[in-house]
Amino acid sequence: MRGTATALRSELMGLSGIVERNTYIIRRYIWWELAWFVWTLANTLSIVFIAKGFQQTGARIDVNKATSWLLIGALVWSYLGMVFGLLVEMVQWERWEGTIEHTFMAPLSRSMHLLGTGLFGVLYGLVRTAALFVVVAFFFHLSLPGADYLAALVVLLVASISFIGIGMMTSVLPLISPEKGVQLGYIAQGLLLVVSGVYYNVSVLPGWMQALARISPATYALRALRSSIIDGAGVHALWGDIWPMLVIGVIAVPLGLEIFRRGERYAKRHGKLKRSG
Amino acid sequence: MSSAFAFSQPVSDRARPAVEVSCLRKDFRRREGLRRRRISVLGPVSFSIERGECVAILGQNGSGKSTLVRLLSTLLLEDAGGARIFGHDVFREPRRVQRLINRVSVEASFFKRLSAIENLSYAARFYGLRRRDTNVEIPRILERVGFPLARATGPMEELSRGMQQKVALARALLTSPALLLLDEPTTGLDPRSKLEVQDFIREVRRVHDATILLCTHDLAEAEELAERVGILHRGELLCLAPADELKRRYGAETLEEAFFSATGAVLTEEEEARE
Repeated sequence: MRGTATALRSELMGLSGIVERNTYIIRRYIWWELAWFVWTLANTLSIVFIAKGFQQTGARIDVNKATSWLLIGALVWSYLGMVFGLLVEMVQWERWEGTIEHTFMAPLSRSMHLLGTGLFGVLYGLVRTAALFVVVAFFFHLSLPGADYLAALVVLLVASISFIGIGMMTSVLPLISPEKGVQLGYIAQGLLLVVSGVYYNVSVLPGWMQALARISPATYALRALRSSIIDGAGVHALWGDIWPMLVIGVIAVPLGLEIFRRGERYAKRHGKLKRSG
Repeated sequence: MSSAFAFSQPVSDRARPAVEVSCLRKDFRRREGLRRRRISVLGPVSFSIERGECVAILGQNGSGKSTLVRLLSTLLLEDAGGARIFGHDVFREPRRVQRLINRVSVEASFFKRLSAIENLSYAARFYGLRRRDTNVEIPRILERVGFPLARATGPMEELSRGMQQKVALARALLTSPALLLLDEPTTGLDPRSKLEVQDFIREVRRVHDATILLCTHDLAEAEELAERVGILHRGELLCLAPADELKRRYGAETLEEAFFSATGAVLTEEEEARE
């Protein structure tokens, strides 16, 4: 019993080490973080302006609702990009800095390593996404009087479980393909969002893409976030979208860990676990 | 070293050697056009290191030294044979082994924008060390390796190679390893830094009673620091004995002569390509 507690404490300490390291990195690159935020902001604005542009062409739309609809899509894209980005670049960054061998020879379980990275991604993503939302909402004078932000936060946290699981699956790519693995991770992010109705309703997609949308956690996350922020739906009303995300998360996290474990074995077998790749 | 918090795994079965390597072999596959060719980079090699002993492995670039260290560091999987560290199977019980070892390699690998303290702090967490312990221990160890504390909060990229290597030693010692793997720890250092690092290795042995595997191509360093010296050539361990015995065996006056007599070698392109 005492041994288990000690082991658990050690594991959690390892997880906190990952969070601590990423916090140091963000702090040391703070000006780059601001530059990155400006880029994300510009990207989000360019998408959200589409609603106003449509109105000018004579189309009859509720600009406030369309703006909010697009904004939520852009925010989820940005949030997912941060969570996936941290997980996918985890190996690549360590390889570039030369610390990869020290990290992988440390007595840090891979589950804590990946979960720590995912957890930091979620915390960092939440802060950045909230800041982005506030700035864009202010910029467009968005009026969302009935929005249930607590429900939106719950949805994002539940969705994050499966996002971390899928991120773990993509994070193995730079391990087995040092040259192109990171880019493949971003392709996976794009494909996930395109079938999930990032800027449109899933119903406009072809049948085969709608089938894929059903197994994408982003589909449920986008729908539930729009319901909570635009229509003010509470957690109870969103249960129909929350439980599929929980199911996908329960499957995705262990699957992601197993895929990474296999990738790590491959890398150890073929000598790819080193700084030069 | 008497660390206030030795979190290393308890070293079991004290009668066993620190390191037991048995017929260990590693091959890599290299693509040549459409075909893949299997290249043997190490072994089979067999040897053992007693507890508290310092063994140096000499070899040219591409001789298999780094592959051996990476195998023992759990960063590679074997193709044949096995290795045990303090009785634990390196390839079947990697987590137990990882708690017992640490490594200093030729490149002092750090997040360059982070400070020495930040790099040591997060790395210590991977070994289960708490913040309240590392807050005390990190400055203490940095001082012991002769690192000026005034530079400990600035980015690593602003430090010289010698200073970075001292931080690398501090990182390894922070976790109180029972086995220290040193992979060319003084390569590229200026003579003064080199001597300081070597002095510190001696101190670690004297105070901490750590077992050391030192891979180097610096013959004087090997003779100075190690009780036994091995010569690794094209993945094959030609010998492992005290330096004086090697000189006698190869009829040489110096270890350098013995080395060249054993390997008969000039570096070939094939060897350079092996690692």
